[in-house]
Amino acid sequence: MRRALAVLPVAAFILLAGYFGYALRPDHDPNELPSALIDREMPAFALPGLTADAVKGQVALVNIFASWCAPCRVEHPLLMRLAKDEKVTLYGIAYKDKDADNARFLAELGNPFTAIGLDRDGRTGIDFGVYGVPETYLIDRAGHIRQRWVGPLSPGRVTRELLPALRKLQAQ
Amino acid sequence: MMRVALLLVLFASSALAVEPSERLADPAREARARAISQSLRCVVCQNESIDESNADIAHDLRRLLRERITAGDSDDAARQFIVARYGNFVLLRPPVMASTWVLWFGAPTALLLALIGLVFARRRAPAPPSPLTALEQARLAALLDKRE
Repeated sequence: MRRALAVLPVAAFILLAGYFGYALRPDHDPNELPSALIDREMPAFALPGLTADAVKGQVALVNIFASWCAPCRVEHPLLMRLAKDEKVTLYGIAYKDKDADNARFLAELGNPFTAIGLDRDGRTGIDFGVYGVPETYLIDRAGHIRQRWVGPLSPGRVTRELLPALRKLQAQ
Repeated sequence: MMRVALLLVLFASSALAVEPSERLADPAREARARAISQSLRCVVCQNESIDESNADIAHDLRRLLRERITAGDSDDAARQFIVARYGNFVLLRPPVMASTWVLWFGAPTALLLALIGLVFARRRAPAPPSPLTALEQARLAALLDKRE
């Protein structure tokens, strides 16, 4: 009994240290929110350029971006590669962007999107639960949101998380 | 005087996030909207409510909230509208459910355990030593005498 009590602080320490170590693991942002829409139907939207119905019926990515968003610029070459080399169907939603600015952004960096919806007032963004562009949503054939990535995609996130999840859905 | 001015500025700043253009004409509805927005967390500046935050998204959410209220939503329905999109995380007062038990009951449980531990430790404290025997008393007196 005495023994057991003596071990208790050490056990508590190891438990806490383990938890802190886990919470501080690299590639993990503690401020990142889980999406409330995982495994739910994607919000119904009808934007100039893109509707929810057009996205349904295939495994696709919906990328919410804006010309004013610096991380979107960082992410863009990766989206180009996904569309070109990996043959991923990508849809874009231009979040609170001016049409002309958005067109210039894509003319400059290339357009990886099959179609782009212009979410001028950001309402559709809010329906998706967007809180920091860029965000990328993986949509299955039934039109359900299966996964979300907040912030710019990185090559690591794409090869480790995005592509395997996407291929799995495509194989179903 | 300076101090008073500073204090005034401090208090004033808390009301500044809500822009005049956002406010509803009906004071009763506006009061409801403010109460709800004070209970919702801003998703980008996570320790502020959307009522206090100057973030763009907080501004949009305040407007949306006021639209829902104008459309006739109850307080709960309007709050639920935002929760459906952003999850329970945006509630500054999280609901009591399995995943928040640690949050709600963790600290009281730890306190309770500590109190129980304290009671046990007290109980098991060794009995006070028995009074000195006559022999020991004599030795003590001799030792004390020597020192003086």
